Amino acid sequence: MSMLETRSTSAMLYLDGVHVSFDGFHAINNLSLTLEPGEMRAIIGPNGAGKTTMMDIITGKTKPDKGEVVFDGTVDLTKLDETEIAKLGIGRKFQKPTVFESQTIEDNLLLALNVDHSVRGTLFWRRSNDESERIERVLDIIRLRDARDRLAGSLSHGQKQWLEIGMLLAQDPKVLLVDEPVAGMTDVETQQTAELLREINSHDKTVMVVEHDMTFVRELGVKVTCLHEGTVLAEGTIDDVSANERVVEVYLGR
Amino acid sequence: MTPHILTRSLDRGAALFLVVLAALGVLLPLLNLLTPESSALHVPTYLISLFGKYVCYAILALSIDLIWGYCGILSLGHGAFFALGGYAMGMYLMRQIGSRGVYGNPVLPDFMVFLNWKELPWYWYGFDMFWFAAVMVLLVPGLLAFCFGWLAFRSRVTGVYLSIITQAMTYALLLAFFRNDFGFGGNNGLTDFKDILGFNIQSDGTRAALFLLSCLALAIGFLICRAVVTSKLGKVLIAIRDAESRTRFLGYRVESYKLFVFTLSACMAGVAGALYVPQVGIINPSEFAPANSIEAVIWVAVGGRGTLVGAALGAIVVNYAKTVFTSGPLAPYWLFMLGALFVAVTLLLPKGIVGTVNAWLDSHKPPPTDAADSAAREDGVIQPKPAE
Ligand SMILES: Nc1ncnc2c1ncn2[C@@H]1O[C@H](COP(=O)(O)OP(=O)(O)OP(=O)(O)O)[C@@H](O)[C@H]1O
Ligand SMILES: [Mg+2]
Repeated sequence: MSMLETRSTSAMLYLDGVHVSFDGFHAINNLSLTLEPGEMRAIIGPNGAGKTTMMDIITGKTKPDKGEVVFDGTVDLTKLDETEIAKLGIGRKFQKPTVFESQTIEDNLLLALNVDHSVRGTLFWRRSNDESERIERVLDIIRLRDARDRLAGSLSHGQKQWLEIGMLLAQDPKVLLVDEPVAGMTDVETQQTAELLREINSHDKTVMVVEHDMTFVRELGVKVTCLHEGTVLAEGTIDDVSANERVVEVYLGR
Repeated sequence: MTPHILTRSLDRGAALFLVVLAALGVLLPLLNLLTPESSALHVPTYLISLFGKYVCYAILALSIDLIWGYCGILSLGHGAFFALGGYAMGMYLMRQIGSRGVYGNPVLPDFMVFLNWKELPWYWYGFDMFWFAAVMVLLVPGLLAFCFGWLAFRSRVTGVYLSIITQAMTYALLLAFFRNDFGFGGNNGLTDFKDILGFNIQSDGTRAALFLLSCLALAIGFLICRAVVTSKLGKVLIAIRDAESRTRFLGYRVESYKLFVFTLSACMAGVAGALYVPQVGIINPSEFAPANSIEAVIWVAVGGRGTLVGAALGAIVVNYAKTVFTSGPLAPYWLFMLGALFVAVTLLLPKGIVGTVNAWLDSHKPPPTDAADSAAREDGVIQPKPAE
């Protein structure tokens, strides 16, 4: 018990010296990054910087060639697969919104709920009031209550983004990895998404957001990490980072 | 729990299917047994057996639709599970012959006497008991599917690669069963059956009963499949079919789900084979032919993948066409016809017969009220667009 308490002060996500190469191409180079529990972090960086690959590593999709990836102070994520990592409480929204297109919005949320995911559990599953309430709440938050019976495939790009964020909410993980959430959204929707993420973060969730939209990043008002060629180029407040010469050179000054 | 699963899984199409099936299952045997042969209503016994064969194919198609239509697992080796179920039943029927065989050996089937075998191989033990054979009908295909699936799904073999290894599996079994020393009658297979559970296998009454049982098995198989696909597990299966990796990131153990449906499906195919063998009177290695499995997949595609009813219908329609075709002068061209049918369905009716009808019915339903959409516009910035 005391061990756990001391660890609760350490990082929620801890990456150290991580390397990944694809056929000799070094996508991630000596990447080190730490997220404290309850922290929200914005990740920026040019195309191909390795932002998505970093999320692939954390969620078990890609195995690092070298380096440490530790969750919650103790769990070595490099030893686990996607399912185990998801069960630990790491949820992910993909860069290209990935929802179950041939199923309804409500069913998408139902599938995401963090309840019994065993074969037997789902075979004999019956909806409980608690689950229904959680789905209603999420439907309200993502403003898709009236579209609940529509197929997810019929949603616009922006709505799919929201649905996927809704699935994250239903999944209720400890750590949320959100890859480019506002692509395809209007300015107002972008603003709302920033508010929503701040709201989620205020409930003690650790959040990592990748985004190119600097207005949105500014809106989040959190510490920013700029990645470049698979490694951390700069880290700090948005003003510090955007004033950094190297960042301007490789990213902002495009 | 059970009544809940059953009631939830019955929509109108499913109910219609069951009613028609029940009517045929009862009516055809009655017309066969109770009407005189001269009557216009008389159904000859050969037709009962023929339809019984179609119904067994329908069960096989159903089992393929469960994994392919709902979970995206395209097995091109399902004929193997069907044949294994058939062999298990055939072994029981062989041992029922007893001393009535050509060589009159009370224990050894004729082909073993012919091969000069002195003793019954151990794997033939127990097949003189019906209950044992019945268990094997489920167990052998189920166990093979479980082992095969455990290896394949854990290593994440999917798509064409999986299809190819299922073909390889059925081909390997074909070669094995062809061998005389494998102990299943070599290329002649098992035949010359006399009776089943003490009833003469050739008699009209037995034929009628087997037909009725096949219809019953189809109905039960259908209900099981419906219960599976309409449960939350069914939603997970569709999620796996459409976005396998996404499903993993939600914390589902995809390989367990695949293993479950694959094994269930193999057991169903085994039952289909077991009912098929007494009605056609023979089981031989040709049932393992890779082409058979591919044909079964075509039935499902024609009827409508992912509809269950369509799979059963497709099996019956295509096999009826096959019977008509191969009994006429066009017989040598059947495979070309089948190929053409598959191409035509893929291009013109990608959803199959039942899928297309369903889509048509959906598009002719009264449109939902606009209230929902306009309400959304008032309170939300994100406006749901009409589906089209
Ligand atoms: N599975 C893979 N195989 C080969 N190369 C890959 C693979 N995944 C990523 N890469 C390469 O690694 C580099 C980093 O890609 P990544 O998708 O992480 O970039 P990103 O920072 O997310 O970029 P973007 O802003 O465009 O989304 C790219 O050059 C990409 O082509
Ligand atoms: Mg990316």
